[in-house]
Amino acid sequence: MAVETEALPLAAGTPPHPLLQFWRYLAQNKGAVAGLVVIVTLLLLAILADVVSPHSAIVNHDDAFLKPPVWQEGGSWLYPLGTDAIGRDMLSRLIHGSRYSLFMGTVVVALALTVGVVLGLVAGFFRGIVEFSIMRLMDTMLTLPSLLLAIVIVAILGPGLINAVFAVAFVTLPHYVRITRAAVIGERTKEYVTASQVAGAGTIRLMFSTVLPNCMAPLIVQASLGFSTAILDAAALGFLGLGVQPPYPEWGTMLADSRELLLRAWWVMTFPGLAILITVLAFNLLGDGLRDALDPKLKR
Amino acid sequence: MLRFVLTRASLIIPTFVGVTLLAFLLVHLIPGDPIETMAGERGIDPARHAQLRAEYGFDKPLMVQYGIYVGHVLRGDLGISAITHQRVIDEFRQLFPATIELSLCAVIFAIVVGIPAGMLAAVRRNSILDHGIMAMSLTGYSMPIFWWGLLLILLFSSVLGWTPVSGRVDVAYFIEPTTGFLLIDSLLSDQEGAFRSAVSHLILPTIVLGTVPLAVIARMTRSAMLEVLGEDYIRTARAKGLSPIRVVALHALRNALIPVITVIGLSVGTLFTGAILTETIFSWPGVGHWVVDGISRRDYPVVQGAVLMLGTVVMLVNLAVDLLYGLVNPRIRHTS
Repeated sequence: MAVETEALPLAAGTPPHPLLQFWRYLAQNKGAVAGLVVIVTLLLLAILADVVSPHSAIVNHDDAFLKPPVWQEGGSWLYPLGTDAIGRDMLSRLIHGSRYSLFMGTVVVALALTVGVVLGLVAGFFRGIVEFSIMRLMDTMLTLPSLLLAIVIVAILGPGLINAVFAVAFVTLPHYVRITRAAVIGERTKEYVTASQVAGAGTIRLMFSTVLPNCMAPLIVQASLGFSTAILDAAALGFLGLGVQPPYPEWGTMLADSRELLLRAWWVMTFPGLAILITVLAFNLLGDGLRDALDPKLKR
Repeated sequence: MLRFVLTRASLIIPTFVGVTLLAFLLVHLIPGDPIETMAGERGIDPARHAQLRAEYGFDKPLMVQYGIYVGHVLRGDLGISAITHQRVIDEFRQLFPATIELSLCAVIFAIVVGIPAGMLAAVRRNSILDHGIMAMSLTGYSMPIFWWGLLLILLFSSVLGWTPVSGRVDVAYFIEPTTGFLLIDSLLSDQEGAFRSAVSHLILPTIVLGTVPLAVIARMTRSAMLEVLGEDYIRTARAKGLSPIRVVALHALRNALIPVITVIGLSVGTLFTGAILTETIFSWPGVGHWVVDGISRRDYPVVQGAVLMLGTVVMLVNLAVDLLYGLVNPRIRHTS
């Protein structure tokens, strides 16, 4: 008897909150947790950049051109990762650089996601000529090599941080539109949507509060993976001299400056690229983990 | 079958209109006077300005101008470079083989390494080998290739001195562009060492451009293999007593490769994106280098031509892949 009464509460226990369940699932994936830790660290560095940087990211030191990192002969703890060609502290520039990458990633994803979801919902709901026009436009955008399209947009708008963000957001837009549309078409004919329609829900309400929440899983995955694409593309634009302009320490822009110094100062080239790689890797790890946690069907 | 081909083929018409429209509008959207943009000159005197205006057709309504532009494009006239004053289509024809050569080598490298790596990972699932391959694949997938290229140059060209830093072949050789593919032309030229030089120039760019596709292919092969290895016919093949190698390399691989090859075929656009960066790093005289130069020199006819041609190439390759996929897979043919 006693055993039975003890077992009962367990059986009747409420299932854990969906978010908690999701977190437990995600936490099992070591890669995703590692990615998350890196991202949180970067976020903290970006916020506290002015406090934790040993030097200014822009001010140059006339007495310290091309100082090597501390572990190499001639290096000092004053500039732990060395200095660049005009005596700016590499470490401080790298720390400040995290601001640009995270900012650009966030704004690109937010922009592309918002516009993409709206266009995808419209295409999925209104079918016919509206859908045809939207989807053919997206096809055209996907046909062009994404970097070429981004370069062209920057050529039209002019180089710089904000325009690079617009260009990358524009280029990544079709992915969000396609995913939303596909998900909407899948949900559109389900009974709960019909029920809501019969109950008198208007089109806008159907689109945004009935159907959209059920299409979120693939969108969240795409958004988290979209961060890595956005950071890579923005850095590529910086590398080509079309993104953030010097003297601001965006990682891609720093790489563009380092090309002539390849032989004389390996550290000027190595560290910014490493920073990009680690950041992108972290977002990809988290994205893969999110995909597995949100959509077990996709897990292989 | 014919219906399938026609439906798929007709879908490229709106895409082509979109690409031409974008290329056309580009010149009008660039800030500043479109005539100065096209002619590449600043402060043109009014008489010549009016003459050029009529010459380029900028005095006509926008729709008419677009019609004229498409007419020119269909006749193979993409305008004249503002810097070199050569026909844009001729420059493209000269440079495109270099891009194709590099891209093909990169894809072959990615396939030759990526497919066996993915197979190994799938067969030895959850082993250290599997984890290692997948970790490397994820790193490759996350790689900023413009940095990867610089790293390889630093290591192999500067420190070790094994490979040249830039270009397609040593300046000591003059090679007649018969096919445009230097690997072939250098062999045809009968010059001692020319082929060797061409190969050594290709190695690093090939690795750099092939890295991301390699990572994607390894990942895809692994997951496709895992799926196929769970199928009944594989169990049957094993039960018949076929050797494990035969089962994996023949029975499983054949079916696993269909999605992998489709993805490779459909990623030409991504490949060209990589080519733009790779060619810039290695001063590779191809279309990607050309378009980046075009932007920095404000040679907009060149940029316009590059957008149009690369868009068209990607569009046609995608169509070909779609059709081939439909050909080998009846399920696709009949559902669409």
